[in-house]
Amino acid sequence: MATVTFKDATRVYPGADHPSVDKLNLEIGDGEFMVLVGPSGCGKSTSLRMLAGLEEVNSGQIFIGDRDVTSLPPKDRDIAMVFQNYALYPHMTVADNMGFALKMQNVPKAERDARVAEAAKLLGLEEFLNRKPKALSGGQRQRVAMGRAIVRQPQVFLMDEPLSNLDAKLRVSTRTQIAALQSRLGVTTVYVTHDQIEAMTMGDRVAVMRDGILQQVDSPLTLYDKPDNLFVAGFIGSPAMNLIKGRVVEGGVQIGDWVVPVAREVLAKAGDTATIGIRPEHLTLSDTEAGIPIDVSVIEELGADGYVYGTLSGLSEDARLTAPQLTARTHARSGTHRGSKVRLMPDLTRMHVFNDSTQKRIS
Amino acid sequence: MPRFLSAQPDSNLLPLPWDVPLADWPPDLLVALPRGISRHVVRFIRVGQSVYAAKEVIEEVALHEYRLLQDLHRLDTPAVEPLAVVTGRLDAARQPLDPVLLTRHLEFSLPYRSLFASGVRQETVSQLLDALVVLLVRLHLVGFLWGDVSLSNVLFRRDAGEFAAYLVDAETGEFHPRLSDGQRNHDLDIAITNLFGEFCDLEAGRLLDAALDPRQLVDQINSRYAALWGELTAAEEFSGGDLHRIEGRVRRLNSLGFDVAELEVTTAVDGSSIRIQPKVVDAGHHSRRLLRLTGLDTEENQARRLLNDLDTFRARTDQQHVDEAIVAHQWLRECFEPVVRAIPPELTGKRDPAQIFHEVLDYRWFASQRADREVPLGDAVQGYIQDVLRGLPDEAMSEDLGETPDERRLVNPFDPSQGFVDEAEEAPFDPWEAEAVAPDTELLPDVLDIDALRRREAERRASD
Repeated sequence: MATVTFKDATRVYPGADHPSVDKLNLEIGDGEFMVLVGPSGCGKSTSLRMLAGLEEVNSGQIFIGDRDVTSLPPKDRDIAMVFQNYALYPHMTVADNMGFALKMQNVPKAERDARVAEAAKLLGLEEFLNRKPKALSGGQRQRVAMGRAIVRQPQVFLMDEPLSNLDAKLRVSTRTQIAALQSRLGVTTVYVTHDQIEAMTMGDRVAVMRDGILQQVDSPLTLYDKPDNLFVAGFIGSPAMNLIKGRVVEGGVQIGDWVVPVAREVLAKAGDTATIGIRPEHLTLSDTEAGIPIDVSVIEELGADGYVYGTLSGLSEDARLTAPQLTARTHARSGTHRGSKVRLMPDLTRMHVFNDSTQKRIS
Repeated sequence: MPRFLSAQPDSNLLPLPWDVPLADWPPDLLVALPRGISRHVVRFIRVGQSVYAAKEVIEEVALHEYRLLQDLHRLDTPAVEPLAVVTGRLDAARQPLDPVLLTRHLEFSLPYRSLFASGVRQETVSQLLDALVVLLVRLHLVGFLWGDVSLSNVLFRRDAGEFAAYLVDAETGEFHPRLSDGQRNHDLDIAITNLFGEFCDLEAGRLLDAALDPRQLVDQINSRYAALWGELTAAEEFSGGDLHRIEGRVRRLNSLGFDVAELEVTTAVDGSSIRIQPKVVDAGHHSRRLLRLTGLDTEENQARRLLNDLDTFRARTDQQHVDEAIVAHQWLRECFEPVVRAIPPELTGKRDPAQIFHEVLDYRWFASQRADREVPLGDAVQGYIQDVLRGLPDEAMSEDLGETPDERRLVNPFDPSQGFVDEAEEAPFDPWEAEAVAPDTELLPDVLDIDALRRREAERRASD
């Protein structure tokens, strides 16, 4: 059993005025693939390093299974940092390249061989075991490096931006391979990335962090469909969710000359203003006088789909400079063109409303 | 058009074939210097009179490493000097190529592979490990977490009878205000694992003396690191009557080659006990003193040796009352420079001047023992040149032998990571690569395709 639990785990760097990781509470299930994601400086790497024992935990605790590892040295935590070392030794066979760390730990030869064989089978490298690594492809080298972590049979795998130094092609294939391998191995994995595509495509669950604070932890689809707050709403999704601030009026939120209908009980939870959140694919070109008025600035056609970009109509010159760009996913040949005025109708069942002072979703 | 990021631009770099992947550069631009194993394409290139190491890596890594190496340089930590990052490279088909990080080749440096190629004694291996530990401690003192400590990522330079280690690969490094114990232990664990792997590799390549055991070798690392770190940073408590222990601690640190820039001294209210702890220590106690007195920039142990000779000179010429700087100037003119000048130009590539002076002093001592009289320095230099220096290999730019005791050849003399030539083998079957190119294989997309995500989720639910 290897669950991982952060309990109010906090890291404050000496001299810093606010914690790098602030009271992190996170439970990672046995065998789960958990991705920590967020912009640079959000505390995701620090959290991973606290789990690895590389960063001091100033308050709170960290458990692996039932074991409190908060003050254990890294090597006693039964974790493996994957891809920490993937220089391959040219004179050693692939098998020795995978198993040398076990030899150092005095694991008997028979067991070493068995573990290496098992890992090689998982990694599709059985035919390579007696070869020297010189002829291996980039992807195969990566797998040998994964094998080094697998043969150690740790309770938890940790991966800190493992794909960040790969070229684009190898990145896509390695991403697929890591995800497939993790689900086959069933070893609890904590994976850190700044790339939301990686997070959304690989993770069982994704923890979004910002400024040291956990914003939301959920399955990728829940994060996408039900973001808890404005930050998550804006961070997850590409192109990003449209977030438009408006005045709260009778019956809804005023956006340009149109009132976006919002239920009374939702409006009751807002202040004087509220922010409407709509994904580009939940906006359609309106053929009536209802809808959010925009001035079209760019049309992008991508096969059957297309994107219409524009800014809210009827703004003053000054306001236009800082107005957010709105994006709608439309069918190609929508008939619109650059400079035209159109109205976008949101799918009201999939629209979100956020409270501007708490930043929380209230719809 | 490639872009050059550099603090000291070198116009000789411009005409190089930046539109060609580094692995395909013509051999006439390359120098086959020995080096460690790398996961990237690394080549030594000749640019005008200089030799640079070139590494092809993605942009973030190249810029990150360039800046870290600059910071290390500013902090006077032994590391190779970064020269430039070349970005914006396009090949003939206008496809982007990875940037290249350029560092200056460290003169008179020896990668571990070339040291081991000629066979090494246990004592030499211990000296190499000591040099690596000193480097690691110095990096940790300035808050640098290396992340990939290994022999491949270090260059060694002769330092009197010992070695000095330089960091050559900072790709995984990070600066922190102060390293935690966990971070330092992590670096140590990595060092031990990597060095064990490298020694096993040397063993498998029949480059390690059969009497040396990789495990015993790496076992030394922890204890040596702990001893040095403790001496440099640990608090020490003693009774108020033992004030001489403050002086003793400072002397011990000096003898290890460190200056104490800040020593915290806390006394108990009644003065009964005193606690001292070095807060800031700077490496280079002897080399700084030698530089100040003579302008010679040397390694630490070389400086210690030269300073000892300077002290002897001062005593022999009975000038204890004369200002040290004046005597140092005389010593430079009358002892050091004549020795260096006596070396024929064709032999100057074999050792750097301070190392030659050290070796001449050694030679003179043995010669004097043998002759049972003091051999003059001039005679000793000539003897040293004839008996020792002529027979040594060039080390200013040591050429890779490319062969081992049993005369196997490297697949590529410019890239030892590719191993040795042996019978051509057919690539075995790789089910993963076969699957990756199979027509119906679905790779995770490189865009956020939410519809695909929903589809996969629905499939997963259906199969559960």
